[in-house]
Amino acid sequence: MADLLRLATAGSVDDGKSTLIGRLLYDAKAVLADQLEHVEQVSARRGTPFDLALLTDGLRAEREQGITIDVAYRPFATARRRFIIADTPGHAQYTRNMVTGASTADLALILVDVRGGMTEQSRRHTAIAKLLGIRHVVVCVNKMDLAGYAEEAFDAIVREVLEWSARLDLHDVAFIPISALHGDNVVDRSETMPWYGGEPLLAHLETVPLDRAEGPARLPVQYVIRAERRLYAGQVASGALRVGDEIAVLPGGERSRVAAIEGPAGPLEEAAAPLSVAIALEDELDVSRGDLIAPVAAAPAPVRELTATLCWLGDEPARPGGRYLLKHAARTVRAKLDTIEHRLDLEALERTPAAELALNDLARVRLRLGEPLAADPYAESRATGAFILIDDATNDTVAAGMVEG
Amino acid sequence: MRTARAGLALTHLEALEAEAIHVIREVASELERPVLLFSGGKDSIVLAHLARKAFRPGHVPFALMHVDTGHNFPEVLAFRDRFAAELGIELLVASVQESIDAGRVVEETGARASRNRLQTTTLLDAIEAHGFDAAFGGARRDEERARAKERIFSFRDDFGQWDPRRQRPELWNIYNGRVRRGEHVRVFPISNWTELDVWEYIAGEGLELPSIYFAHERDVFARDGMLYAVSDHVVLLDGEAPARASVRYRTVGDMSCTGAVRSTAATLEEVVGEIAATRITERGETRADDRVSEAAMEDRKREGYF
Repeated sequence: MADLLRLATAGSVDDGKSTLIGRLLYDAKAVLADQLEHVEQVSARRGTPFDLALLTDGLRAEREQGITIDVAYRPFATARRRFIIADTPGHAQYTRNMVTGASTADLALILVDVRGGMTEQSRRHTAIAKLLGIRHVVVCVNKMDLAGYAEEAFDAIVREVLEWSARLDLHDVAFIPISALHGDNVVDRSETMPWYGGEPLLAHLETVPLDRAEGPARLPVQYVIRAERRLYAGQVASGALRVGDEIAVLPGGERSRVAAIEGPAGPLEEAAAPLSVAIALEDELDVSRGDLIAPVAAAPAPVRELTATLCWLGDEPARPGGRYLLKHAARTVRAKLDTIEHRLDLEALERTPAAELALNDLARVRLRLGEPLAADPYAESRATGAFILIDDATNDTVAAGMVEG
Repeated sequence: MRTARAGLALTHLEALEAEAIHVIREVASELERPVLLFSGGKDSIVLAHLARKAFRPGHVPFALMHVDTGHNFPEVLAFRDRFAAELGIELLVASVQESIDAGRVVEETGARASRNRLQTTTLLDAIEAHGFDAAFGGARRDEERARAKERIFSFRDDFGQWDPRRQRPELWNIYNGRVRRGEHVRVFPISNWTELDVWEYIAGEGLELPSIYFAHERDVFARDGMLYAVSDHVVLLDGEAPARASVRYRTVGDMSCTGAVRSTAATLEEVVGEIAATRITERGETRADDRVSEAAMEDRKREGYF
């Protein structure tokens, strides 16, 4: 049976992102007849050529304006793997939607127009992909048909991107020359670019190794099931738990052993991320939602302050002194924005001082917490290093946060 | 008892199941009065089954609710009642007929009349009457263009309205379901499942489905390129001649707007085989309500539909 790869697409709207996805689905025969018919009809009605981008732009406003506003999730499968494509918007004003789509991705697919090179948006998106810890990046150098399918044009873009990614400390980057419009190197190998010896895009996506969430076990307690015995239910966030493991319940620190693990299909000896399970402990402890179960030998120390990178998603600016709710795994605590250490300028890759954070800003900040929180650095464990900030007055999610080491 | 597998890599169905159970447990923890919208269709059957798994061996801390248009397939209604009883989950029924009788909605007239859109009022009234702050639905992103854009936690205002231009950011698997009094959140735990995933899961888990999903003989007639069942809820137009055919249903909606598919697939394996080979989407083949306009689903969701 196949495994599941989540990928997010990024790049300026004019770089042909939606066309690429449409082409990928079309050539992989993942688009069904009535969907195609719909595209034909709409294209005909508008007097435009058959527009593959129409396969993914789903909202009325998007189709009217011809742009992507929000993330569209497209599942498809090949014989080798199951995929979910998060087609994310390119416009900076929709960054919060782009970050939504990219946060769960295993792979970022960045599109660059061979004639124009990297744009401000594609630089920004690559930087955000790096920040979000997306391990695999594939750069598709598109519109090769308009550059005579020339190797020199491709190489120039590769150099430009490598320069940028080196500054980002981003290293696992693959490059594929394509034409989304004509289908070169998307699913089928291109005959017009014999100088390219790598795989077409789909083959690459099918074979890229999936990261296991390795590292010490982490089980955030979501729900307490009260039956003959108490079971602590949650999704294993990292590593694997085994029956008999000596664990600590954080932030309190009380210890016990795993007595039993209930998986979705019955009892298990071992449960690895991302399985959802319910466990019983040997001792009767006071465990509740929001607690984190971790091995005694590798338990994160609870803290009342943390340093984090924030992506500000709120309409109202953030200022030092601002109070928010912080939700981390299954735990919600009060948090105060103590200091903004610096804003990250993604264009110049500079750190600049900032008195406040506006929508789409990235910054390194210090937060003070109302209660102790057991977290990991995001670089070590995405699931227990990530958090969101919520504005209590509006209930809006105003920031995506990543704990620094 | 399963012992540790080498590598412990999850299949895609296991990963999707884990995600769905996680979502269901989050709602039960963060919202006060959830409800599971149950149609008797395969997606809501899978959803109820996942809810059972999420809280086992404890009880499921919410009820099922069926918005009954009065135009349902009798086989599905019978199945619904038996299913709820076997699972040990409370079943609530909100009636569109009652909404019509109370003057809350006006029935459509004409041969192509359907109660599909009326469900929204009944649904919203029921949500308000019971004070539900979260409603689970079995909608999937692969079903339709607007659904592909919807968050797993989809916020609805106090008119039940969906605003696609102002969806909350949804990061990682950290869900923000906070709502004010009168508002509610629609939650779609199987958002990332495809039609084929649902069928493969049903086959793997050995779940029972209403009989209409499997090939059977029925009197049907053709209209607008689809095959409809002859029933008390449809009026035949001139030239429409019913004929007996072997058909199955790919989706469960009202008898008045759900098309049947010619088929002799009588077992689960045969149905899965046909679906895997199909060239038309589930809703494209069978749902007249989606065809009303290019943005039919989006418009209905803006009004408060599922």
